[in-house]
Amino acid sequence: MDKNTNVLLQAQDISLRFGGVHALSNVSYDIKKGEIFSIIGPNGAGKTSMLNCISGRYTPTSGEILLNGKSLKGYSVNDRAGLGIGRTFQNLALFGHMSVLDNIMVGRHHQLKNNFMNGMFYWVGGAQKEEIIERRKVEDIIDFLEIQHVRNKPAGELSYGLRKRVELARAVAQSPQIILLDEPMAGMNLEEKEDMARYIIDLNQELGMTIVMIEHDMGVVIDISDRVMVLDFGRQIALGLPEEVMQNEHVKKAYLGEEDDYIRELEEDDAEVMS
Amino acid sequence: MNWDLLFQLLINGVIVGLLYGVVAMCFVLIYKSTQVVNFAQGEFLLLGAWVCLYFLVEYELPFWIGFLLTMGFMAVFGIVVQMLILRPLIGEPIISIIMVTIGFSSFMQSLMSWIFGNSAVSYPKIFEVEVVNIGGLNVETAYLMSIAMSVAIMIIFFLFFRYSRFGLAMRATAYNQQIAQSLGISIKHVFMMAWAISAVVSAVAGIIIGMVSAVSTALSFIGIKVFPAVIVGGMDSIVGGVVGGVIIGVLENLAEFVDGQYLHIGNMYQIAPFYILIVILMIKPYGLFGTPDIERV
Repeated sequence: MDKNTNVLLQAQDISLRFGGVHALSNVSYDIKKGEIFSIIGPNGAGKTSMLNCISGRYTPTSGEILLNGKSLKGYSVNDRAGLGIGRTFQNLALFGHMSVLDNIMVGRHHQLKNNFMNGMFYWVGGAQKEEIIERRKVEDIIDFLEIQHVRNKPAGELSYGLRKRVELARAVAQSPQIILLDEPMAGMNLEEKEDMARYIIDLNQELGMTIVMIEHDMGVVIDISDRVMVLDFGRQIALGLPEEVMQNEHVKKAYLGEEDDYIRELEEDDAEVMS
Repeated sequence: MNWDLLFQLLINGVIVGLLYGVVAMCFVLIYKSTQVVNFAQGEFLLLGAWVCLYFLVEYELPFWIGFLLTMGFMAVFGIVVQMLILRPLIGEPIISIIMVTIGFSSFMQSLMSWIFGNSAVSYPKIFEVEVVNIGGLNVETAYLMSIAMSVAIMIIFFLFFRYSRFGLAMRATAYNQQIAQSLGISIKHVFMMAWAISAVVSAVAGIIIGMVSAVSTALSFIGIKVFPAVIVGGMDSIVGGVVGGVIIGVLENLAEFVDGQYLHIGNMYQIAPFYILIVILMIKPYGLFGTPDIERV
């Protein structure tokens, strides 16, 4: 029982089908409060689909996702953001024409209380006071991720590495309980990757954020993850400590692209159940 | 050269142009945040003018109360139109949505003729003093109010988009709906708000124009006039809408002047904006402030 109270997010038998394509098949796992949980797997394994199921972009064909023991079924993408699920995207998704500061302020949207009317009467309605408090929080995040020097620049003008960092800052600004990072280090050079890995560890240890990360760089994954889940063709083929997972025969085969009897058996089991 | 007339017409141009600018802003607001080209914008304006007039004449309410009631009515009206007519069309091809707004515009047009009649009706006298003397020039109070209101609306728009969280949410949604949503912004609310604001502000413009001239079906023609303004400024730029509105207002009055003094063709006032529209589309298809679609391959 003690163990369960530590669980932040539970995925129970998640399946996702697009017509005949099985993007995810009966994937179950728990994510504990305060851990760094990585999802790895070859291209097309269903990693991003998994994140989309958590964030509400996709609705699983069957199965349920629970946050703090409460089912997320029926909650829209924006409701879930309000419940404390933050995310970054695989392809950069900043508001290019808006300043870095405004981008991060959008992340605080659901935390802000001022409404339409006192937004119009900015100085008298308390909206200004709220913005000052909010701005301080945002400045803390900016300090934390060391993007002070670009805070007023349009986000679209920044270098790739910086944009990734701003996107992370925006997700952090949501004050999420759990933060989903979709390939935070893709396309970065070694130095940028090391920086990013450090920020992720700091977020986890200093701010106590639970992190779910998709990443292809095995070195980083092994170094910073508490636990790793491996997906292949929408199936969970391993889940455990990073070193264990790397020793797993199925994982090695999946990455080398070899035929794996284990997968075929699973598929045959499925076929029997279906018929 | 009749300098007095020219000056008078230019002033007229700026006053009318600012109003075009206000309506153009409403148009751009809807286009930017919901990707709908609203051909019924002129009818929104006319409806506001009729409803306010109705409150003033039928119930003999004081102007400001009638005005505020009209604002409330238009906000609800905008939200209802968005929910009932445009929400089911999300994801449909743009041409279908355009056809629906055109259809809706003729529907509203007929409904209003049926309810409010076809003849022009003037607003009751609202200002005690009808003409104010400013530095030797006699200016109609209604015109002064028109300028004051237009500028006030523009400042409010600016503050709203720059400082309020809903303004920020609307800008974010205009840029990318999916990302905005995953940051906790409700797209439904943003859409409803865009339509509500657009309907309310159009109605303000309608009431002002109604007070200056009179309320009649012809008012909805402003909705069509706003197209050149929007095209000049750029479909997706709110500032562009204002600048475009003033440019069109001034140019149509200039055309009137040139025509009245020299050419004597007649009706240049109505036609000139559309010549401008064609020229702008040829040389600057995205308008002065619009963003070109860039495809990176």
